[in-house]
Amino acid sequence: MAEMQAEIVHRHEAPKAFIWKYIFSLDHKVIGIQYYLLALFSVFVGLTLSILMRIHLVWPQASIPLLDKVSPLGAPGGVISPEYYLSLLTLHGTIMVFFVLTTAPQGGFGNYFLPLQIGAEDMAFPRLNMLSFWTTFAGLAVLMATFFIHDGPPIGGWTSYPPLSAVGGAAGPGMAVGETLWVVSIAIFCVASMLGAINFIATTLDLRARGLSLMKLPLTCWAWFLTAILGLLSFAVLLAAGVLLLLDRTGGTSFFIPGGLLVSDKPILHSGGSPLLWQHLFWFFGHPEVYIAILPGMGVTSHVLSTFARKPIFGYRAMVYAMSAIGVLGFCVWGHHMFVSGMSPYSAFAFSVLTMAIAIPSAIKTFNWIGTLLGAKIRFSTPMLFSIGFVSLFVTGGLSGIFLGQPPLDIYFHDTYFVLAHFHMIMGVASIFGIFTATYFWFPKMFGRMMNETLGKIHFWITFVGVYAIFMPMHYLGLEGNPRRYAEFIDNFLLPLMSVHRFISIAAFITGAAQLIFLFNLIWSLFKGKKATENPWEATTLEWTVPSPPPFDNFAGKHPVIYHGAYEFSVPGAEKDYIMQNSPEEVAADH
Amino acid sequence: MALAVALVVVIITLLSGYFFWAHTWWFPIDISKHGGAIDRQFTLTLIITGIIFVLAQLALAYAVWRYRDRGDGRKARYSHGNNKLEATWTIAATVLFIGLTLMGYHIWAGIHFVGAAPGAMRVEVWGQQFAWYFRYPGPDGQFGPVHIGDKYDPATGKYIDDNKVDDATGNYLGLDRDHDAASKDDIVTATLAVPVNQQVELILRSKDVTHSFFVRELRLKQDLVPGMEIPIHFTATKTGRFEIACAELCGLGHYKMRAFFEVMTEPDYQKWLQNMAAAQ
Repeated sequence: MAEMQAEIVHRHEAPKAFIWKYIFSLDHKVIGIQYYLLALFSVFVGLTLSILMRIHLVWPQASIPLLDKVSPLGAPGGVISPEYYLSLLTLHGTIMVFFVLTTAPQGGFGNYFLPLQIGAEDMAFPRLNMLSFWTTFAGLAVLMATFFIHDGPPIGGWTSYPPLSAVGGAAGPGMAVGETLWVVSIAIFCVASMLGAINFIATTLDLRARGLSLMKLPLTCWAWFLTAILGLLSFAVLLAAGVLLLLDRTGGTSFFIPGGLLVSDKPILHSGGSPLLWQHLFWFFGHPEVYIAILPGMGVTSHVLSTFARKPIFGYRAMVYAMSAIGVLGFCVWGHHMFVSGMSPYSAFAFSVLTMAIAIPSAIKTFNWIGTLLGAKIRFSTPMLFSIGFVSLFVTGGLSGIFLGQPPLDIYFHDTYFVLAHFHMIMGVASIFGIFTATYFWFPKMFGRMMNETLGKIHFWITFVGVYAIFMPMHYLGLEGNPRRYAEFIDNFLLPLMSVHRFISIAAFITGAAQLIFLFNLIWSLFKGKKATENPWEATTLEWTVPSPPPFDNFAGKHPVIYHGAYEFSVPGAEKDYIMQNSPEEVAADH
Repeated sequence: MALAVALVVVIITLLSGYFFWAHTWWFPIDISKHGGAIDRQFTLTLIITGIIFVLAQLALAYAVWRYRDRGDGRKARYSHGNNKLEATWTIAATVLFIGLTLMGYHIWAGIHFVGAAPGAMRVEVWGQQFAWYFRYPGPDGQFGPVHIGDKYDPATGKYIDDNKVDDATGNYLGLDRDHDAASKDDIVTATLAVPVNQQVELILRSKDVTHSFFVRELRLKQDLVPGMEIPIHFTATKTGRFEIACAELCGLGHYKMRAFFEVMTEPDYQKWLQNMAAAQ
């Protein structure tokens, strides 16, 4: 064991003052928790907005206590107006996509565990790390401010298509100051994400422990690494688009606004711009964003499936290549959001073929997950349940993409509830299941206590059945042609669908309420949970070689040395059914 | 626990699939020439994805149940995968998914790569927050120019007031019937009526923000983008009255931006058009 105990080179002491230790901390672990808490706050706001939306859709006249205090104009007497419904919808999407799905898996868990899993003392640029968190925080603060301005948050949706988003208050409530704040918030968020991405890329490439070749990296690290590359390239484009939109709104330019428009009887003094330009730029970001949200989920699912199956991941290399292929192809398919937008129909064909191509690595991943379970010895702890749920949801959400990726079918399904079902299943719920998996799996390491298993399982069952009850029927609504983003359903063909909407709303209320069990478990376990050992799940990666929670400088100044891949479970002849990555023990079939 | 997970996955799979199978909720009737091909492509896709869906979920359920830890001291199988299997499902997925989209290619081409026939009837579709207007060219076959909003004059760099839109007089599209000869006989309506079994070319235009023209029974959806004139053509094969919905978020009244689409016999259509012309 001598070579493993590498000499102590340098030890760092943690700062003592509260403000440097917990607020402006340079420690990747504290910053990771900060990101997680920001996402936790955001997800409950986003969830509340969706519950309000579901109430409005089935009981448009319901009076919600306190809501008129938040928005006397949007919800007079607590009754949500159609335009306030659109405000809720816009902020629900924006908060969930940016401040939850982009933030928790990468900024939260990635920050906390990437250095630990690669044997590094911290991220490559700790100060940049702190800066990117606080920039994200500023972005969230600006977005939240839209709730409290006179005419409320913007109503343009999270996609913010111009001219609706570009011509100011004439376009509707919230489109003056609210929309400006929205653009500013997103621009700030882009900067934060790029700062974070640079850090992740540098850390992965430069700070890996001795012996940790790229092909020995845990799949979680591969996912964070690829996500960072996607983030760096795509947020740069969204930032540019955001600045152009801001200039159109406040600087008199006309990037996105054509001439001769008359909005609410008001002539718009712009000319020469193209509304489609925004859509191209937005989706050039928007599609990779889907993978930014879900790649870390794929990583953690692979990791947890292997660990609790007590079996090496099936096809490690195929998993790495598949994730890389998804990353590359993710930049070539943005046009499938625009089949009916008025762009050249010839390009639709190219985008369609490339979109189908991205289904191939996705299929490989699914097969490999199931392959990992064949011949396994599965332990059903809560993280495992959520990662099994992830696989099921990924299959369901992925397959509806096969319909939408075909232009002739998208003609019918575009902007219907079928699309809503598709991206909520895969980008929303599957990614959230990845976040739950990561939370239940790593909580013991982060806080030194186990989460309550019984509560965890109750949470899993209600959530798993609940999300299917909410989003499966949305496919059926899509078949009926139910358009999305409708505040009320007054068309004759929509009236018979109200019973389906009521069912969805009730399922949403129950599933939403079940998330309080999760919140309770989180807080309760923090103080009362069973003490966690160093390696409670008998996992193989480096974070499980240090105490729970890890000391300030992670490896106490030592440099771990890596001998094995990340998934050496049930090795024949080995003493235990897992071999730590830094164990010098020989493995017969090692490679 | 293993059994519970497996059972729940199976039940969810069968229930989800049942409603597709039983057509409990389904497409409305198809009234277009091209819609049949779309519906067939949908059915084909549904069968293929449906089989994959059921097989994948059942495989997951089976693996979860079959390979649970039974506490019998058995070790899990030590295997890093299987390249042959990996290659097999990669190729299968490639053939299936790419093949599927190629099979539907001719439908898209038929709608978009081929323009309307020279004799097709032309109607302009105008979207505005939150109403639809339709313009028929009248006997001269010409659409007169519209005067909407202000015009940019490159010579002076100034905007000139060019707006002739006046909702009070019903001039929704800013036509100048006194000066523009082509506008004189233009017919502007709030309902879109077309004769059955005749090819119709719609030219989609917007006065303010992006809207989307969606008629379910026509299997037709196309955005109306400000600054663009987007042509789309179809042939309606059944008479009846249907709803036009807006399918692109266009502001606070998006949900109530609707109009009616009527497919009539030729004589009925001519009568309707005469009535509309008289009402201008």
